[in-house]
Formats: sequence, structure tokens, C-alpha cells
Amino acid sequence: MKLSHLLAAAALAASFAGAAIADGHGKTKVGFVYVGPVGDGGWTYEHDKGRLAVEKEFGDSVETVFVESVPEGPDSERVMTQMALGGADLIFTTSFGYMNPTINVASKFPDVKFEHATGYKRADNVSTYSARFYEGRAIQGHIAGNMTKSNIVGYIGSYPIPEVIRGINSAYIHAAKVNPDVEFKIIWAYTWFDPAKEADAAKVLIEQGADVILQHTDSTAPQAAAQEAGNVVTFGQASDMGQYAPFPRVSSIIDDWAPYYIARTKAVMDGTWESIDTWDGIGAGMVGIGEISDAVPADVKAEALALKAAIADGSYHAFTGPLKKQDGSDWLADGETADDGTLAGMSFYVEGIEGDIPQ
Amino acid sequence: MDLSAINPILLIAAMIAASTPILLAAIGELVVERAGVLNLGVEGMMITGAVCGFIIAVNTGSPLVGFIAAALGGALLSFLFAFLTQVTLANQVASGLALTLFGLGLSALMGQSYVGIKPPQMVDTQMGFLSDIPIFGPIIFGHNIIIYLGLLIVAGTWATLKFTRAGLVLRAVGENHDAAHALGYKVKRIRTLAILFGGACAGLGGAYISLIRVPQWTEGMTAGVGWIALALVVFASWKPWRVLLGAYLFGGITQVQLNLQAAGVVFPVSSIGITIIIICVIIASWNLIFAKKKSRQYYFWLLFLSIAGVFFTIFFQGATVPFKVEYLAMSPYLMTIIVLVILSADKSRAPGSLGRAFHASQ
Repeated sequence: MKLSHLLAAAALAASFAGAAIADGHGKTKVGFVYVGPVGDGGWTYEHDKGRLAVEKEFGDSVETVFVESVPEGPDSERVMTQMALGGADLIFTTSFGYMNPTINVASKFPDVKFEHATGYKRADNVSTYSARFYEGRAIQGHIAGNMTKSNIVGYIGSYPIPEVIRGINSAYIHAAKVNPDVEFKIIWAYTWFDPAKEADAAKVLIEQGADVILQHTDSTAPQAAAQEAGNVVTFGQASDMGQYAPFPRVSSIIDDWAPYYIARTKAVMDGTWESIDTWDGIGAGMVGIGEISDAVPADVKAEALALKAAIADGSYHAFTGPLKKQDGSDWLADGETADDGTLAGMSFYVEGIEGDIPQ
Repeated sequence: MDLSAINPILLIAAMIAASTPILLAAIGELVVERAGVLNLGVEGMMITGAVCGFIIAVNTGSPLVGFIAAALGGALLSFLFAFLTQVTLANQVASGLALTLFGLGLSALMGQSYVGIKPPQMVDTQMGFLSDIPIFGPIIFGHNIIIYLGLLIVAGTWATLKFTRAGLVLRAVGENHDAAHALGYKVKRIRTLAILFGGACAGLGGAYISLIRVPQWTEGMTAGVGWIALALVVFASWKPWRVLLGAYLFGGITQVQLNLQAAGVVFPVSSIGITIIIICVIIASWNLIFAKKKSRQYYFWLLFLSIAGVFFTIFFQGATVPFKVEYLAMSPYLMTIIVLVILSADKSRAPGSLGRAFHASQ
């Protein structure tokens, strides 16, 4: 009896110890690498909202860390390595330029899970995720085409990557649909976040006649420039940028990363995490459309909301033929929709847009 | 699309406006470095100035009070640097980098409740009939007071360094602090004052971004301007007028390239040749007027380049290629460096004691 007691006690102790070890590691550590400051009011701000949602959802069983304003390139590799060495179980790298660094670091830490936003390279421990921002761009284009009086729409691009080019094409297609005379002036800022440069770019576009500004950069500086000009329409980018509503900001594309971040953190906790490719849009809620303000005429607003509903339920695709490429060659036949592969690697303008894409 | 989409008057006014933050920060750093101190904290002082100016301007409703607060804020932060490097003799490079990180964090904290607020607008100075002169009016007389203040600081710095006793003492401290000390000058006090001046100028430059150029507060909104200002001081060979030239070149070409992108202008190849000729002529006349005598060889090379430019222009007359956006984007950096490097062929060098700590017992 005594021996069995002893054994039982030992077994119990062992199981406790095991539980204790498991518990010590039970706190899942999630890291985030940001390209701008969390207070940029746009892209990084929304990712950080996602991080805070993860903390709220899981409370004490999760620990999050983040590093902001990490330059794309080799420096980001150092930051990711540091995070992995610091015991992170899951690392979200939230900018296109982190793609190769993420793959490099991931190969050195096979036990750590990585999630790269907006890229296309995956590995056993690297997932990719992105949102179909171009669906939101379609709605912006529709409103922009209706709202412009000068028929000049200014577009502040960041880097000439498929993600940004998709947005330009989608906005142009839907602007030209309601306003065949519309012309897009595009400036490549070669930065995601530089308020002074973004403001300068917006001012230049306004000086050259644009009365609608679309931006694919992260700060609210173009909104401030448009507000100063007085009669220029803008759209919130990545975040609602509601502080500039109802005018100049008449609507916005809102990235909602929280559900995805929560789901992926849960998957790591449950041990069910797998390398996947997620590309969700308005329908799944990853892309939100900020309230369309009263500065937009009621009929345009109604059309825009109908367009949103059609995209959400899948009855309409933002890239539906007939569409031609910029050089006049056929791309999509009547009624044909673009496949994800083409969209993911998009490196051409559609017919009607002037200028070249920098290589 | 053609050049007619670009309004040259607005463009030149925008060029001057875009250059001002870099100019202010660089001229401040120039004084600091001429006193023999390397302060790498320009970015931190700028962003601190940006947030201080913004907060005070919003609360008082006066942008001018905001600018004063920005100068004070920048100076206050630089005082920390002065204490570290002049009193505790900490390493200047490390202290400067720390100052930048500290400034970025501090400004983010201070500015948290100011995101999305619109600051009071700075009115352009009204110069009566002067502003109404066609073309020159808007270019020269249509700006806000800070732009003129920036030019005034450059002129004042140049005159002080060159003609006054105080300037001579400051340069002596920067060239050889042991000798200056032996002559009885208060090395630490002079350096501290120079650092404070640099901080105030950087603060003004930062506030120019948050109050006029963007107008709003966003975390990290200076986005590296401080580093460009630092580089500019070196490329300008620690000379005030070259800092002005460099800042205007950088800010100007940035504006031009944005304009060219938006207008979708094609690039006349022959303009490369014309640019070379213009640059050579400017350098030659600059040297003839301001610099000491040059060797004959120097002018021979300039002449050679100009003639090459003429042939180039004739050969490629009428040929055009579309502007490559990637080259446009790098052009501000490239052109500024090329021009200033050519100018610094006159063997200008850094102040002798730059970056070295001073203690009377050493």
C-alpha cells in the first residue's frame, strides 16, 4: 500500500510538474512588426488595433510585443530574429517589403509561426494574408468618378507593387464607368509613411487640377492638404480617418485585421496552425467601407452601397470583362472575371490610364 | 501631357516652402558642428519641436507662439545632450542617437491627444504692393514669416561666423579646443550655447512641418528629415551659403520631380547637356567671385565639361524619352550630392575638434 501511495504521489507530482512546464509555456507570445508608427492613423494603426483585439480576446493567456517604424529590408530581419529569440510563438510581419526577410528568418526558426501580410511567398511555417482592398477601391472609384468636376483624379501611390497597381486599376475602371472623361494623375511617393512628402504630393496634384485625391500611403497628411485646399475630395485609407469627415473625407477603406489575428492566435494555442493563404474582402469583413458622408449626393451613395452589396455577396467582381490592358491588348472577355493568380501578380495598367509603371 | 499643367509660380513658391525645414535644421547643426560638437539628435529635436509647437499653437490659437514654443522645446531637449556630452563627457555619437530615439518616443507620448486636430493657420505675411507684383510677388514676397526667418538665420550665421569676434571664438573652439582653452575661452559654455542654438533651429524646422507644411500632428512625421539635414551639413563643407544652396536644391528637386510625375512629362535628353553647362557656369562664376584663386587646371576641366555638354546637347537635340519615375525619385539626393561634392573640391574640411570630448585636465 505504502509503495503504491508513494508511486501515486510521484506520478501526481510528475504530472503537476509537467502541467507547470506546459503552463509556463502556455502564455502564447505574439509578435508584430510594423512599418510605420502605431499612431500613423492609417495602416499600422489598424494592425495595432488588431493586436489589441488579440490581447482583449485572450487576456492573460497571451502576451503581445510589437516593434514600430521598422524599415523594409535587412533591418527588419534583425527585428524578427530578435522577436523569435525572445520566445515569440507567432509573428505577424505587416508590410510587403518584409516578404524575403520573413522567409529568411522563418527558415532559421522552424518552430515559430510567421504570418506575412500582402506577400506571396509561403513556407511550412509562413502563412500569407491580405485583404482584397481593390474591392473597396471599386467603390471609391465609383464615387470619385461621380464627384470630380475637373475630371482629374489624383492618386498617391507608394511603391509600384501588384497590391497598389490593383488598387489603381480597380479605382480607374469604376471611375471611368460612370465618367468616361476621367483622367488619373499618379505620383509614386516611394514611401509608405512620410507625412511631409505625402502632403507635398497631394498639393502638387491639387495644383495640377485634381479635385479628388486617392492615396495608398499610410498617413492622414493628404487629408490635411485637401482640407486646406477646401474643395477637394479624399478617402480614408486603411483606417477610417473619420476626423476628416464629412469633408474632405467622404468615405474610406477600413482594414479589419482583428478577427484574423484572433483566429490565427487561437490556432497556435490549439496546435492547429497550418500554413495557409488568406485573401478576404468585403464579404468576409476584412475590408470595411467607412460611412459615406452626406457630401456625396444621395443617388451616388445609393449606387455605391449597391455596388458594395453586390461585391460582398459575390454577384459582382471588381475586375469583370470586357477589359483591355493599357497597350490595347485583350485581357478579359465580356463577363469574364480575373483569376486570383493574375491579380496577385498584377503589373500592368488597364486601358485608359496614362503613364508607365516604374519597374 | 505637357509642361503647361505645371504652374511655375506655384512650383517655385512650393520649392522654397519645402526646403525650409531642412534648411533650419541644417543651419542649426552647422553652428553646433563648427563649435566642434557632433549632435546626431537632429531628428529627435525636430520631432520634439514639431509636437511642442503643435500643442502650444492649438492651445493658444497662435502659430507664432507655437513656433516660439517649438524653438524652446528643441533647445530644452538639446540641453539634455549638452549636459551628457559637456558635463558628463559622454560619447557624442551615442548621446546623439539616444537623443533621437528619446525625442521620437517623447513626442509620440506628448502628441497622443492631438492626433486629427487642425492647427490654427499661419497667415502669409502681407507686404502690401510688393506681393502684388506679377510673378515676383508670389515667389519672393508671398510667404509666411518663418521662411524669411530661415533666410535671416542663414545670413546671420554666415556674418557672425565670418565677421564677428564671437564667430571667431566659436570657430576657434571647434578647430582646436585645447588652444581655445589655453587662450581663456570657456569651451564648455560656448559649446553648450551652440548646442542650444542648434536645438532651437531644429525645433523650428520640425514645427514648420507640423504647423505649415502638413498641418497636422502624426507620430514620427519628420520621417528622416533630420538625417538629411545632417548629411547636408557635411556635403556643404560646413559653410552656411552652401547649406542654403543644398537645402533649396534638395527641396526644389523633390517638388519638381513630384510635379513632373503628376504631369507625365517626357524627358528631353538634350537637357542633360544644358544642365551640365549651367552647373559648370555657376560653379565657375561662384569660384571667380567668392573663392580664392584656383589652378588653371580646375577651370580647364570646367571648360572641357561645358564643351562636352554643348556637343551632347546638339547631338541629342529633339530626342525624348519618358521620365523614369525611379530616377526621378532618386534625383533630389543625387543632384544635391553631385553639386555639393563638386563645390567642395576646394579642400574644405571638417572642424578640427569635431566630435571630440573636451575636459580642461586633458
